[in-house]
Amino acid sequence: MTMKEGQAGTTDSGVRGVVLRSAGTNCDGELKRAFEAAGASTDLLHLNAIAKDPKRLEDYSILSIAGGFSYGDYVAAGRVFGLELRHRLDEALHAFIERGGVVLGVCNGFQILIELGLLQDPGLAPDERSIALTDNASDRFECRWVTLRSEDSVCPWVRAGDLTPVPIAHAEGRFAVRDRDALDELYAKRQVALTYVDPAHPNTGRDDDVPYPFNPNGSTANIAGICDPTGRVLGLMPHPERNLTPWNHPQWTRMGTREEGEGLPFFRRMVAVATSTLVS
Amino acid sequence: MPPTAEAPAHGEAQKLTQSSAWRVEVFRRPERQDPEGDHALHAMVELGLRRPTRVRIGRGYLLDPSYESATVADIATSFLADPVIDAPRIHAPGEVPSATDGMHRVLVMAQPGVMDPVAQTVDRLLQNTGRVPDGGAPGVATFRAYEIEGDYTTDELESAAARIFANATIEVVRIDREDLPYGTPFGASPRGRTEVALLDATDERLLEISVQGQLSLTLTEMRAIQEHYRAQSREPSACELETIAQTWSEHCKHKTFTGFIDFEGPDGETEEIDNLLKTTVARATHELDRDWCVSVFVDNAGIVEFDQGFDLAIKVETHNHPSAIDPYGGAGTGIGGVIRDLLGAGLGARPIANTDAFFVGPTDLDADQLPKGTMHPRRILRGVVAGVRDYGNRMGIPTLNGGVWFDPGYTANPLVYAGTVGILPRECAFKEVRPGDAIVSVGGRTGRDGIHGATFSSIELSEESEMVSSAAVQIGDPITEKRVLDCLFVARDRGLYRGITDCGAGGFSSAVGEMGEECGADVELANVPLKYAGLSSDEVWISEAQERMVLAVPPENVDACLAVFAAEDVEATVIGTFTDTGKLIVRDEGKIVAELDMRFLHDGTPRPRRRAKWTRPNLPDPGCPAPANDDYGAALLALLGHPNIASKEWILRQYDHEVQGMSVVKPLVGVRADGPGDAAVLKPLETSRKGAVISCGVNPNFGELDPKAMAESVIDEALRNAVAVGADPDHAAILDNFSWGNCDKPDRLGALVLASKGCYDAAMAYGTPFVSGKDSLNNEYRIGDQTLSIPSTLLITCLATIPDVARAVTMDLKRAGNALYVVGMTRAEFGGSHYLALQGLDGGRVPRPDLETAPALLRALHGAMREGHVTSAHDLSEGGLAVTVAEMAFAGELGAEIDLRELPTETDHATDANCDADALRLFSESCTRLVLEVAPDHVEAFERALAGHHFARIGTVTEAGADARFVARGSQTGEIVLDVPIEALRAAHGSGFQG
Repeated sequence: MTMKEGQAGTTDSGVRGVVLRSAGTNCDGELKRAFEAAGASTDLLHLNAIAKDPKRLEDYSILSIAGGFSYGDYVAAGRVFGLELRHRLDEALHAFIERGGVVLGVCNGFQILIELGLLQDPGLAPDERSIALTDNASDRFECRWVTLRSEDSVCPWVRAGDLTPVPIAHAEGRFAVRDRDALDELYAKRQVALTYVDPAHPNTGRDDDVPYPFNPNGSTANIAGICDPTGRVLGLMPHPERNLTPWNHPQWTRMGTREEGEGLPFFRRMVAVATSTLVS
Repeated sequence: MPPTAEAPAHGEAQKLTQSSAWRVEVFRRPERQDPEGDHALHAMVELGLRRPTRVRIGRGYLLDPSYESATVADIATSFLADPVIDAPRIHAPGEVPSATDGMHRVLVMAQPGVMDPVAQTVDRLLQNTGRVPDGGAPGVATFRAYEIEGDYTTDELESAAARIFANATIEVVRIDREDLPYGTPFGASPRGRTEVALLDATDERLLEISVQGQLSLTLTEMRAIQEHYRAQSREPSACELETIAQTWSEHCKHKTFTGFIDFEGPDGETEEIDNLLKTTVARATHELDRDWCVSVFVDNAGIVEFDQGFDLAIKVETHNHPSAIDPYGGAGTGIGGVIRDLLGAGLGARPIANTDAFFVGPTDLDADQLPKGTMHPRRILRGVVAGVRDYGNRMGIPTLNGGVWFDPGYTANPLVYAGTVGILPRECAFKEVRPGDAIVSVGGRTGRDGIHGATFSSIELSEESEMVSSAAVQIGDPITEKRVLDCLFVARDRGLYRGITDCGAGGFSSAVGEMGEECGADVELANVPLKYAGLSSDEVWISEAQERMVLAVPPENVDACLAVFAAEDVEATVIGTFTDTGKLIVRDEGKIVAELDMRFLHDGTPRPRRRAKWTRPNLPDPGCPAPANDDYGAALLALLGHPNIASKEWILRQYDHEVQGMSVVKPLVGVRADGPGDAAVLKPLETSRKGAVISCGVNPNFGELDPKAMAESVIDEALRNAVAVGADPDHAAILDNFSWGNCDKPDRLGALVLASKGCYDAAMAYGTPFVSGKDSLNNEYRIGDQTLSIPSTLLITCLATIPDVARAVTMDLKRAGNALYVVGMTRAEFGGSHYLALQGLDGGRVPRPDLETAPALLRALHGAMREGHVTSAHDLSEGGLAVTVAEMAFAGELGAEIDLRELPTETDHATDANCDADALRLFSESCTRLVLEVAPDHVEAFERALAGHHFARIGTVTEAGADARFVARGSQTGEIVLDVPIEALRAAHGSGFQG
């Protein structure tokens, strides 16, 4: 599109980001906008373009996988794109992380990261995975705003205690684990990064049942997002990139003047982390 | 399916069954919840069957028998099943799964030849990841398996399958049987030219040819064709006749609107109308001549100026008949089709919002009231919602606006409107085609799906429709369309093509025929990529297979253009050349199968002459409601729960209204986001605060009583909805979408004439041009000799702009102590009102805007709003003032107190013993009225801005909290006549059908 991107007053951090897309990706525009507003110049690249020349990943410090319905989410959400990435880019992706790059998967991107195995210890085969995202308890696609609480995790750009309003829009966002041990392990490794809360009672714990629609999909332990054991790869179902302007919030006409949406600081902190570990 | 596969004789699927394929069934692990299975369980209970102990649903896959068993195990565990959630079951070729005791298995599979995007995706991935069997192709097919625990007869399961699990038109059902069709779909039809003996045909034979060929051509049209070929002394080919039928179909040509009409009005006045479209709707646009109209009525969508060098494009389509046969596929391809209209508008507009409106029968209809051969309204509504959801969400386009209307008149013939708004740079607003340009087809492959969709939509439905029209049903694949979209804008921005249109009704025949109208075209069908072999030349030419676009590419750009699509795995193929011969030539392997003169094809349609006569229904006018019922609280709660007024949240939440991150006013607003917003606002450009506003207006109740008043009032409704969120009424464009009964019948056509006249009058009064429109006639359902017509339905969609989105206003009350105003005049207009309907009364005066004062009132109100004097605004429509204030109160979690004595009324009626003056004020549906909330420090400026118009301060916003109430003081003495807690209002509004 020839629409002008970028936002007045943004300072360039010198960090470069890439938003990966494929057939059915559809939140790439707003994700690119979010990173650019946070100061990272960002390219949109089709999987085919990177697979043809995986070295292109070396140009970037931030890799993100945008939401959407990759390959229609046929079979299961993110399954086909995940397998395709494993098949075509596995080495390059691991090299990117080892080099110090940071990775974000939003919504379908989170589903893809799980399929890719990038949120668990490296080396697991697809059938050894112990975490999953499955059909919402309501059996419906749902679009609504929720409140996210940032947990005390190893993810350096998630600031514990923050409450952030963001929209969700998914049919398969219910976080599930193989068993109690798998959940304990996530907590032990401080991988639980974001949870759903009722904003009127935000101090719920992992065993508290946050009711629908605050926990919109029946996720185990109200988990909305997790990171890998290093904290450099984060996946989440909600869309912080859809809360960048003062007019995104569904109740903005009831609020006072705001300079920006509550989702933007999330991207600024992520860009700051990428800057501090900038790969040259 | 590989296009080279050999096919057996036409009409017979290859008789291969489960014994010949690997079968993988993926069920959730026993300890996991199965939400989809639970859903099916509830649906069985709703159907009146005994409650099953449990229902589990498995996704099934058939794979080529030549796979090694280890490969199948790998595919199943690392791809088809989730290791945490699922447990796959694998059956080797020849093995049959067995049900345990007390369990029934129902299998549902797409009929051979019906699009199966899941199978295609799996097939592709297996090939891309090197999992190809010795046989050469994965040969994937998919099905669903229902495992139902409980004691049921086969009859009961057949009933459940027919009404819940499957659509027999497009799916195969197996009850406690494991044989599934597997193999190549369909048979082979001969390619090449076939001749039709027309020259010596009698009139009777001409009609026979039209009916047997599903051409939907009238005798007059068949005679004109005969005449044309007699002059050339040759018989037409079947392909030529098909092309003419597609091009001349009501769907493509709008013969009713553009023909002659002998009209007789309700007062006996007569008039000969030469082209209803040109003398009403299009005439208003022409006479208004707004400078911000860029391209109207000539392209696939209307294009209007927006901001910073960008224009907005909008189109609304109907997809009624396909949705009656297959609600899911019909609605999905409806939205898919209108999105392609936008991709083909100018050089391509990027879709930024969808709007959808559905008209269905009552969801509580008794099953035995259902006309034979139709689906229950509940099933239709769930199906169309799911179809729009799955297509719109997958395309990444927010669905921001719409509506649902329930009326028994839609039971047998539901209506599905789908619209899209797009944005495009001004330099892309126009297109051209030059001789020598390559004809390039991009997107999906061509198959036998959607044959005769254009001609099918132009005739009435009948109880046999689902049997005879299965080929007219299309299943969409939004991801193919999304891929086309992604590549198209790359090609557009590099200037690689100069003409484009979508492949919709009539397939290539319409798309190429239209693009080449002014020059000529020469097409080679052998180059068209096919889903499977066996299509005849004619079928390739007229197939309405989805997700295809046609481009005109200058010869020097062909390679670069094809490369853009290839880079993202989208098929793009040169299928011919535009010429300067003035002829449409279609070849198959070089041999000519059709040769048509473009002039005859496009201008040879005989213009029909029809008779139209409308008489007023003979119903008494109740005038003001009689003083029968003074429990206004109960009436208000009943109105809030009326299906047309009650919350549509269950639908709206299933649509992604946040994707693209541009929505400013969403469909649901207020503290708990459960208030029904008046219109959607979005901010399409990052660097501009100017917004686009989308709203609509419709009220079929009015049309029964007074079609002209209906047209005027729904235009007013669309505009006041837009103004309510802050739109500038002087930058508003509207679209007309008529869904009507059979216009061969004078009364139906008479109503159409009157509604069109109303459109002209209102558009002129408001200064609001029509920029696009569409008609769907013949919405009738035939059972034996009887036909049922739908209520005459005019949907008006409005696309307006708001100067600054930061001034957008929502309908929820904001703060206690603020003043409440009403603008506009309340009249005893109860015709078609929901209040009378509650009392079982019909007839009465239909609300009609005062075209002298209404436009200025909306302008003045907008002036106050753009200065920031209004804190909340909500229009008055179904249910009147009481419903409007109630919705504002619960959405804002605040109380409201109003005094009916203050309300501006045309006639007071306060001392009229025959009139319930309070009901008049609370429930009248008079036009051009809104309730506004104004903060104390803006009261003076607000009143100054509205000076000279009908308006009054009617009350105050009161305290928040659990006991906030809506209180109204009566018109007589100011005594309290209505007092309801807002939580009761909220509960009533949320009490309707939840899907």
